[in-house]
Amino acid sequence: MTETYKSPIRFLLNGVETVALNPAPDLTILEWLRNHRRLTGTKEGCAEGDCGACTVAIGEEVDGHLRFRAINACIAMAAQLHGKMLVTVEGLAQGKHLHPVQSAMVEHHASQCGFCTPGFVMSLFARFHDQAPPELEEIHDTLAGNLCRCTGYRPITDAAVQALAGERADSFTSQAEHCIVKLAIFNAPPDSVKSADGETFLPQRRAQLNALLKQHPQAVLLAGGTDLGLDVTKRSKRWPLVVSLQNVEELKTIAADDRTLRIGASATYSDILPYFARFGESAVTLLRRLGSTQIRNLGTMGGNIANASPIGDTPPLLLALGATLHIDGVNGERTIAIEDCFTGYRKTALAAGEYIAAIEIPYPQDGEFFYTEKISRRFDQDISAVCGAFWLRLENGLIADARIAYGGMAARPERAAHAEKALARAPFSAHSFEAAARALTQDFKPISDFRASANYRMITAQNLLRRLSMISGAHAGDAA
Amino acid sequence: MINALDTKTNDVAGKKLAHDSAVLHVTGKAQYIDDLPEPAHMLHAAVVTSPHAHARILSINARQAVEEYGAAAVITAKDIPGHNEAGPILHGEPALAEEIADYCGCPVAVVVAQNHQRAVEIARQVQVEYEILKPVLSLEDAIASQNYVAAPQRMQRGDADAAIKAAPVHLKGSLDIGGQDHFYLETHIAIAEPLENDTWHILTSSQHPTEVQKHVAMALGVPQAAVTAEVRRMGGGFGGKESQPTIIAIIAAIAALKTGCPVKLRLNRDDDMIVTGKRHDFYVAWEAGVTEQGEILGLKAQLAARGGNVADLTPSVMARALCHLNNCYFIPDFDALGLNLKTNTVSNTAFRGFGGPQGMIAGEAIIDAIARKLGMDRDEIRAHNYFSPARGLMSPYGQPIDDFIADRLMEKLHVDADIAQRSAGIAAFNAMSRTRKRALATAPVMFGISFNMPSLNQGGALVHVYTDGSILVNHGGTEMGQGLYTKVAQIVAEALGNPLNAVVPSSTRTDKVPNTSATAASSGSDLNGAAALKAATEIRARMTQVAAAEWNVPADSITFRHGKVRSGNHVMKFGELARLCWLRRVSLSAEGFYTTPGVTWDAQTMQGSPFYYFAYGAAASEVEIDLLTGENRVLRTDVIHDCGASLNPAIDRGQIEGGFVQGMGWLTMEELVWDAEGRLRTHAPSTYKIPGSRDAPADFRVHILEDAPNRKETVFRSKAVGEPPLMLAISVWLAIRDAVAAAAGHDAALQLHAPATPERVLAALAAGAGHKV
Repeated sequence: MTETYKSPIRFLLNGVETVALNPAPDLTILEWLRNHRRLTGTKEGCAEGDCGACTVAIGEEVDGHLRFRAINACIAMAAQLHGKMLVTVEGLAQGKHLHPVQSAMVEHHASQCGFCTPGFVMSLFARFHDQAPPELEEIHDTLAGNLCRCTGYRPITDAAVQALAGERADSFTSQAEHCIVKLAIFNAPPDSVKSADGETFLPQRRAQLNALLKQHPQAVLLAGGTDLGLDVTKRSKRWPLVVSLQNVEELKTIAADDRTLRIGASATYSDILPYFARFGESAVTLLRRLGSTQIRNLGTMGGNIANASPIGDTPPLLLALGATLHIDGVNGERTIAIEDCFTGYRKTALAAGEYIAAIEIPYPQDGEFFYTEKISRRFDQDISAVCGAFWLRLENGLIADARIAYGGMAARPERAAHAEKALARAPFSAHSFEAAARALTQDFKPISDFRASANYRMITAQNLLRRLSMISGAHAGDAA
Repeated sequence: MINALDTKTNDVAGKKLAHDSAVLHVTGKAQYIDDLPEPAHMLHAAVVTSPHAHARILSINARQAVEEYGAAAVITAKDIPGHNEAGPILHGEPALAEEIADYCGCPVAVVVAQNHQRAVEIARQVQVEYEILKPVLSLEDAIASQNYVAAPQRMQRGDADAAIKAAPVHLKGSLDIGGQDHFYLETHIAIAEPLENDTWHILTSSQHPTEVQKHVAMALGVPQAAVTAEVRRMGGGFGGKESQPTIIAIIAAIAALKTGCPVKLRLNRDDDMIVTGKRHDFYVAWEAGVTEQGEILGLKAQLAARGGNVADLTPSVMARALCHLNNCYFIPDFDALGLNLKTNTVSNTAFRGFGGPQGMIAGEAIIDAIARKLGMDRDEIRAHNYFSPARGLMSPYGQPIDDFIADRLMEKLHVDADIAQRSAGIAAFNAMSRTRKRALATAPVMFGISFNMPSLNQGGALVHVYTDGSILVNHGGTEMGQGLYTKVAQIVAEALGNPLNAVVPSSTRTDKVPNTSATAASSGSDLNGAAALKAATEIRARMTQVAAAEWNVPADSITFRHGKVRSGNHVMKFGELARLCWLRRVSLSAEGFYTTPGVTWDAQTMQGSPFYYFAYGAAASEVEIDLLTGENRVLRTDVIHDCGASLNPAIDRGQIEGGFVQGMGWLTMEELVWDAEGRLRTHAPSTYKIPGSRDAPADFRVHILEDAPNRKETVFRSKAVGEPPLMLAISVWLAIRDAVAAAAGHDAALQLHAPATPERVLAALAAGAGHKV
């Protein structure tokens, strides 16, 4: 036992230095709060990161400022908390004095049963601390990960507008420097956290990570955990051995120039978002609709690729843009094209002990056009029935080259070879896109499931090509 | 009689006051059952559920679960010493399956372990041997085989066949209406704690603690008096916690009996959605005869509801569906048959509206079909059919209609929502847009208030005044977020002339107010508020006598306001008078009991006057659909809703908006999908989508009808508001149909059933003649 006490997880819980002793690798923050600390304000509504009742805020120092991110405590692991601030709904009010977000919620009658309320409060608290304007669309982005079944949301939205419109000062802003000093005192995370139920490794350098993988090629590689976490909460799986990618700085680096965006595989979607504008508005919209703020604050593109879901939101985009993956691990560094990555249903070309280090995505250049769109039952926080991504290179009124990729149409995200062929060197006209839409039936035989029928998938996949035709201007070409 | 009825001062009642737990909600201090400190030695239960829709249970390997996996106990139906009975109306509805598992998700055994996670893990591993039997899964099969959970119900007036035959215009149609999961944020939970001498304390997230008490007592084989059921608050109910909590509480109690320890059973989200009932899906087929102006002369309809494996509340749900098929319209010759179908799927149950929404949307679909057939405006057809002195003021079930205002609300809505001008703007938009179409549609709502079954219309309350003047109120109603505790506290504060903060609401317990009805049918404040008003009024009368004697003034000169009691120049704090009453040995505690007057219902003939009054509303919704994907969204909704003299306009507005958005979810994105084996595939928010903040109408204008006191003698002339607004969302569904029609014609619009998911919208568009993007 004495050995394990050398490496506790230390962090600030509602401003107070706190130690989590020996958390099991699969102990969620939610369970730690509710069952180990009896802080029961944070609720379990779904245990899959979809309802937001478990929302807490994680505070970190970024460039000399305290930054807060809302996350889902139900699928985030306690062993990854080291050196951070954890703020829960119990930590906002100062005695009887409510936080501005809380008092706005009360004034606007924004709670009814109250079970979802702590989650909404925490999402708004995190938003209170960033510089985003209190515009309605941003507010919906903030709240998309919180479900309320009672109010119909109008009073919550109104409370958000009020709370975010004023001066954003609270006890956290006034104590920010103090907190930063406190956080700085924490040592680097321990190399590993052991518990009776297993061990979490927290490497900080790629070399360390590679050595660990050599030693434990079967360990669970955990980045954001927004998908993997469900193994624990939904499928009763236990993780004896986890290697966390969260502290490996080199994996979080994002670099962009005029031609390429290079994303460290464990950079979160929220971190990536500002770099997406150069792919066009449709790509920004896609990323804003991916999961929710809480999910985007944890989830990573590396994870989205590695789990190889046929309905992941980013693979079609990566396929259409011709991304490249930098792979590292037990077999040393190598580079593969994204289309060689997905080998089957939830299968990738990654060997055991390999991980994605970085993703390189070419930005569209002059004469190139990119568009992506996902189709789902709900605009926000829904999994696509179909997701299409389209890249075109135009030359003298001809489509010189086209890359078309879909999710939700096959067992893996795939390029549409026949549709691409129908467009290649074809005139840039609606007629050509119609031909591509027809060709799509040769590319895919989609399945029917609870998200959509095969027929709906095919028709909408074809219709996305028609939309592409209209918005890329091919229709206008016809008319002229 | 309620003598304080019209004499309120509006100091407290009628004000926009915050929910009594609002500060607790936002600080995370409001305690739900899973948040309470756990009693020592508490164990945790998890259910073992049937993976088959219909199967005989051959064996359950409890021994392995205990000896190999470390379960503290495994419970089966055999462990129930009393009755294994959870049926709220009929009998033979077991909490735990005995020989037959009759739906996928049916609890067949219960694992008890040291913690929740371990119990769930072991429950997944328990070996159960089944002999698979043939299931009935579809409504069609159940209709064909006349497989019923309860006898068919028929509501009839006149001769519908003859009227339809004689009518100049004939139409017929059908409508699929999807079910709905409640998706309360707090899943089902109960804690059963054995106390001394075979008495029990049950904490239950229930809208109906009396039923929990009754069924737990029956299961344990102890008198009802030995069981106390308690609930302070639920994290949402919506009808899902009316009958279903008995199953959860019985299981927890039997597990506690077997282990001798307190036991908690909390269903995780997936189990909650798979194991417990939902809104009934319906299939409605109808035939109507109308005049060339669209006046309905005769209507014949068959409403088929999926009851599921057992009856639960299905026959009552059907009764309300039949009572709302006519919505606001006088239909002279009427013949509606309700089929309560038995299928091997989870038993459906109460859900906000309780069959009313299914009946009403079918009625509005009929109006819609008439309008499309005759090429007339839907609101014109409605105007020809409203209840009116000229046309008729008698419902098809024989209730005289004496408070009709739907026509007036709709006229007001047309003006307030600027419908004529906006419709022109929408037509212009549609003419320009190739891939998007918009539409604006209205819908009126007329919803009967009271339980259909007269005996349930009773409420009880207990009010104590203490010698410092503080007031404790307890009543039979439960708090699920709807603000009932706040409203009842307002009523008591008003009656005793005190500020709201002088009144402390306390948790609903069967040992304080016994033999209560479910908090359901929107009746919470009508019944329990009236009972509390009676109790408070009784105490006030006694206190008045004491003050009158003390000051030697007439009793009718004494007033109670702002925490003070006055007569002329005499003044005393309310607390001082309370202390004086104690000194004079006058009781400061009273119970109140209220029964709704005049309600009648004959379940055999489906005739009577089941509703004390009606609540009305009208909504106009503007939607946009994407012709390429079928995706749709609501751009603006205007609502005028009738709350009588609202007890709390802030809370009532919350009910209107929340009900509307919930109804919108039911009719647009919420879809329950079962696979060919009868397994529910949408059992968590990742797959079952309820509306999010962006889905609520972007522009949402809600008005509570002003100066509209209830004509009936309800508490301070208020009206019930829990359920009726849900049906205002029918305006969204009709607008989506109109948008489909704008792109692909009326035939395509009529192909759109409910819910109007993107896929169904696209399918309807494709059904339109010559539709092409």
